[in-house]
Order: sequence, then structure tokens, then C-alpha cells
Amino acid sequence: MNGEEFVPLSLVPMLTGIFVAVACALPGNFLVLRRQALIGDAISHVVLPGIVVAFLLTGRATTWPMLLGAAGAAVVAVIAIEAVRRLGRIESGAAMGVIFTAMFAGGVLLLELSDTSNVHLDVEHALYGNLESLIWLDALGWSSLWDAQALATVPVELPRMALTLLFVAGFIAVFWRPLKISTFDEGFARTVGVATAPLGLGLVIVASIAAVAAFDAVGSIIVIAMFICPPAAARMMTNRLERQIAWSVAFATLAAVLGYVLAGYGPLWIGARDSVSAAGMIATISGVILAIAARLGPHRLRGSAAPVG
Amino acid sequence: MNLELATSDGVSPVTRTTGADSPLAIRGLTVSYGQKPAVFSVDMTVKPGAMTAIIGPNGAGKSTLLKASLGILKPLAGTVSVYGAPLARQRHRIAYVPQRASVDWDFPTRVIDVVLMGLYGELGLLGRVKARHRAKAEDCLRRVGMEDFAQRQIGQLSGGQQQRVFLARALAQDAELYLLDEPFAGVDAATEKAIITVLKQLRNMGRTVVAVHHDLSTVTDYFDHVFLINNRKIAEGPVKEAFTADTLQAAYGGRLADAQMDALRLP
Repeated sequence: MNGEEFVPLSLVPMLTGIFVAVACALPGNFLVLRRQALIGDAISHVVLPGIVVAFLLTGRATTWPMLLGAAGAAVVAVIAIEAVRRLGRIESGAAMGVIFTAMFAGGVLLLELSDTSNVHLDVEHALYGNLESLIWLDALGWSSLWDAQALATVPVELPRMALTLLFVAGFIAVFWRPLKISTFDEGFARTVGVATAPLGLGLVIVASIAAVAAFDAVGSIIVIAMFICPPAAARMMTNRLERQIAWSVAFATLAAVLGYVLAGYGPLWIGARDSVSAAGMIATISGVILAIAARLGPHRLRGSAAPVG
Repeated sequence: MNLELATSDGVSPVTRTTGADSPLAIRGLTVSYGQKPAVFSVDMTVKPGAMTAIIGPNGAGKSTLLKASLGILKPLAGTVSVYGAPLARQRHRIAYVPQRASVDWDFPTRVIDVVLMGLYGELGLLGRVKARHRAKAEDCLRRVGMEDFAQRQIGQLSGGQQQRVFLARALAQDAELYLLDEPFAGVDAATEKAIITVLKQLRNMGRTVVAVHHDLSTVTDYFDHVFLINNRKIAEGPVKEAFTADTLQAAYGGRLADAQMDALRLP
């Protein structure tokens, strides 16, 4: 494939896919180690009705209404979970399960019932996103990367995701030390002056921002996969958090590139005619990477099963 | 200036001090997890430069008392002052060794990295780890006999070795007051010896050591002071005065068998 074809059609979706994957994988490392991995799952379920309402009210897919809608939905979820827990006298895990699925179903229902023909949002979009549609119409080839006029027409999802990735990476870089200490030993962290509760909340908020920003471009399936699969696979490659982060970024990037290429061309190679969803394939590849790491990773056996030395 | 007024009747010796310059002075501390308070209206005045054991039966609130005095748990009522000032301003003077079982040792990090966590107060958010920081961490590992394990992943250590790494991290904090939660729980004899040696060194350097302790047979050998608790304070004072058959029966509610009591050879 030459530049004239690749740059307008594939460069933007591929880069967006990489940014999404890495932006979710970075906080995912800490969420997995804190046994909060499913919080990414929870976020992407809970925010759907909020995002739909924001779409319906503004009629456009713009960042701020979307983030506000998502934040509003998260607040509603927290209140509803607490209400179910107290009124129903059941444990919080069960209350969360009820609220998460109910809110996601509510979001889907809202989408089905409302007229969303003027915005590109439907149930399929919510699940798979629309990575393939991020076509850079004005690009003619690699030279367009240095052409200000052509650059101005890059689909907005790409710079939005790039900014989100910068923000997520910045948060983790600045709070690296307290994040590491409090993830390992929360009690000790508090005694040395780390504000563990605000820091934990900050981590969840950063993960939520990544999830919501990614949601529009790639749907919720990939978000759930990227919070968990690359960090979990990376953990089996190393026994050091610094290297685990690097591995998770590498795995996320690999899944995004390989998934996009396989979704576009894989079916053609095996004789089928249509391509498959890129987001679905990226999530699948990240799962395959996790399976391979679980089978072959040098640090897959730990604790009592690990050879000492 | 501490004024010790031990009562002479021997039943319930109480050490009263002004608490103004005590390393740790607790007043009216009440902590509750649910309906029933785990620690109820407890006063404690830790003697500077001594080793104090916090003793009591399971569920007596020993760890809770320690955690609340460190600000890890929020008390319902009461005040904690460290060297005469609120805790928040004195964090740099305290080192804490949590229960070994309270963390996940599968965490992807090396022994030396855990010890370096003790330098957080010094390094802050973004300070670079320099050669002298590493040297200090390695020195702390040497003091607990773990220098050969610096590069090991922490999950590959035995329980006793993990406990020593926690102690090394506390040493790196270079504090004046050391608070330890069951430092001898489930460790091998060599580790127990290594830990008590280090703690006694700290005491001899004028530091103050407070440890939640469960092994009654070693109290007299290891500690200078005891604090007996069973949700409420039972007794506080020098081992000779406060660690008696009467106070133990009061703390354990008669749950100690005669054989156990005899083995302690108490007055």
C-alpha cells in the first residue's frame, strides 16, 4: 500500500486506535494492580445514557457536553448504587451490578427510541465505535503531513485523542511515586503524607476521561479490553512496575496496529469479501496477546509456583 | 517534662504524664468500624526513648489504636499529638511498619524499591533518586541482613525476609518514633532475632519504639513498657509494674490458662 492510499484512509484510524489503546492501558496498569480492573468496564457502561442525553440535547458530538453528560451519569450511578445498597440491604457488589447493567440498557433504549439520524450515534456505534470512518479526505499522501491546509481537515477525533493521551500520561508521570506507593501499601502511603483517597479518585477520573474520549471514536468494547488486557499481559513479562508500563504500551500499540490491519485485510486474505469491525478486532488481538503472555511470559508463575532466583 | 505517678497498690498501675513532649500522646480516642467501638475512650502517653508493647487479646483494638494514631483510620473522637503537635505536621518524625499480610507481595517491584519508598518524605513528588539515596537504602537493608536480596522481586522472599524489608523501609524514614504492627508475627527465629536487635539499637540511640505484640512470653525480654488494652485501656507503665497477673487477667478476661500464666513467671 502506498502513501496516497494509506495516509487518507488508514493513517488517522490507526493513530487514533493507538492513542486510545495507550490512553486506556496506562491507567489500566494501576487499576489492575489495585484490583479495580472492572472499573473501566463499569465506567463505559454507566456513562452511555449520559452521553446519549448530551448528544440528544446538543445534537452534536462535541467533547464538553459529552464529558459533562458522562460525569452526570457517573454521579447518578454513585447515588443510585448507594440507594440500592441501603434500601435493598444488599452488598455493594450486587448493587453495582444492578445499576451498571440497568444504566447501560437505559442508554441503549434511549438510543433506539430517539431520533438520532442527525447525529452519527446508534447502538452499533456505541459498542464498536467507528474507527474506519475517520477518513482524512484532503490528504494526498505523506506530503500532506507537512501541509497546514490539509492538516486542518484531519478528523477531530485524532487531536482529541492525542490530547487525552497527553493528559493521561502527564497525570501518571507527575503522580508516579505516590501512585506506586499507595497502590502497593495504602496504609503506609497515608503515613508518609500521600492523600490516598483523592489520589485514588483522581486515578478513576483520569481513567473515566480516557474512556469517554475513546468512546466516541472506538466504542466501549475496545475501552474495556484496553484497560485490562495490555496491563495484565505486561505483568507476566516483568517483575518491575516501570517495565510493566513500557510493556503495556507496546502491547496496546501492537494490538491497535495489528487489529486494524487484520480487520481491514484479514477477511480478504481468507477469501471473504467484507472487512470486519476494527475495534472488535483490536480487542480480540489484545485478548490473544494476553493468552500468549499467560502461556509464555517469563513471569507468569509467581508466588509459591515461581522458581526462586 | 514527664511526671510518672505509678500507683502503689499494684492492681491497676497507671502512668500519668503531662504528655506535652511525649512522642505520642493520645486522649479520649474512640474508633469504631460499625456499631461497637473497637477502641473506646483510650488515653495513652508513650515514654520517649523506650520500647513499648501494645498487648491485648484478638480483637482488642491493638492495630486499630496504632492505625488511628497514624491517621490511617479516622477516629470518632479523641486527639492524637506527636511530640506536642498535631500529627499532620509531624509525619516526618514517624516511621510505620504495617502488618506484613496487609499488602499484596505479588506487586511488581524489587526489594530495593520498597526500601526507597521510605524516602518519599525526603524525595517528594518529583525528586530524583540519586546515588546517595540508593546507598542509604542499601545501608538500611544491610542493617536487617537483607543486602543480598536488593534486586529480588518481593514475592520471592520468605515471610521473615518480607518483614525485614518492611523494617528496612522504616529505617530509611530515619524517624524518631517507630510504630510497628505485629513485627514478629509468623517470622522465623533468625528474623525475630534480627528485628529485636535492630529495635534495641534504635532504642539505644534514643529513638522511641511502639509495637503491637502478641507473644506474651517475650514481653519481659523485649520491652521496657507495656500498654494493655481490651477495647478500653487496662494498664500502662513499666513492664515490672504494669505487666502483672492481675492486669493480664483483666485484659484477657480470664482467657489465659493457668499454665500460660505460670510460664510467664509474673509477680
